[in-house]
Amino acid sequence: MEIDQSLVGRSYGPERHEVERGAIRRFAEAIGDREPLHLQGEIAPPTFPTTFRGGVPGLALDKKRILHAGEEYRYRRPIRAGDVLLVVRRVADIYEKRGSLGPMTFIVTAAEGRDTQGELVYESRTTIIYR
Amino acid sequence: MRVPKVGEEIPRLEKEPVGKLQLLRYAGASGDDNLIHTDVETARSVGLPDVIAHGMLSMGFLGQLLTAYAGPGSVRRLTVRFARMVQLGDALACRGVVQGVEEGEGGAVARLLVWAENQRGERVTEGDAEVLCTAGD
Repeated sequence: MEIDQSLVGRSYGPERHEVERGAIRRFAEAIGDREPLHLQGEIAPPTFPTTFRGGVPGLALDKKRILHAGEEYRYRRPIRAGDVLLVVRRVADIYEKRGSLGPMTFIVTAAEGRDTQGELVYESRTTIIYR
Repeated sequence: MRVPKVGEEIPRLEKEPVGKLQLLRYAGASGDDNLIHTDVETARSVGLPDVIAHGMLSMGFLGQLLTAYAGPGSVRRLTVRFARMVQLGDALACRGVVQGVEEGEGGAVARLLVWAENQRGERVTEGDAEVLCTAGD
């Protein structure tokens, strides 16, 4: 396997993300959402944390070889305009499966976002296939 | 909103066909700048006939389905698997069926199976979710 297995369990961050009203609005508009509180930028739609771009150093992947296999978000409370979130990411798992086209590497990364008081706001889990 | 019954289907969300402009806007708004979603040459270089939608866009549609049903801020969890690619021009119907209702902190929480299917009836994105049923009546 070409991906460094020793990355599993390592965590990175925190990254600081300020949730801006305009960013919520543009995200809701791009989806075609009709919920007024999303379109006004008050409350973030459920998949909004995907806008918190941040990578895992050491996982330098060729985008063309990535397939997004799955995604999960769990919330303690909704994300709102004005929130400042501190996001920590970790590599949860790396494993290989044999597919019809040869071996495929699965990479699972997890993230959690806390407010500036340290309260957990959301958790996410991303599974990609690297071919 | 009232507390739903197990087995009940929630109101469907029929989306407009996915177009290039939506993919450009979603790429900008989400920060996902993978060119297979916006540049046909890049898409062809990996063997695709044309650009494909971001899987996360279809998940965004499922988020819209849930918040249209239970209200903004109601989603406690949304978990999906991206089963098939979404092509340009695909019109997705987002659907959900209530699997269970439990009393949690803050009120009743409904557990749902959710999926987005294309115009051929193929499930492109599927998973399950938990929403808080508190708002309104």
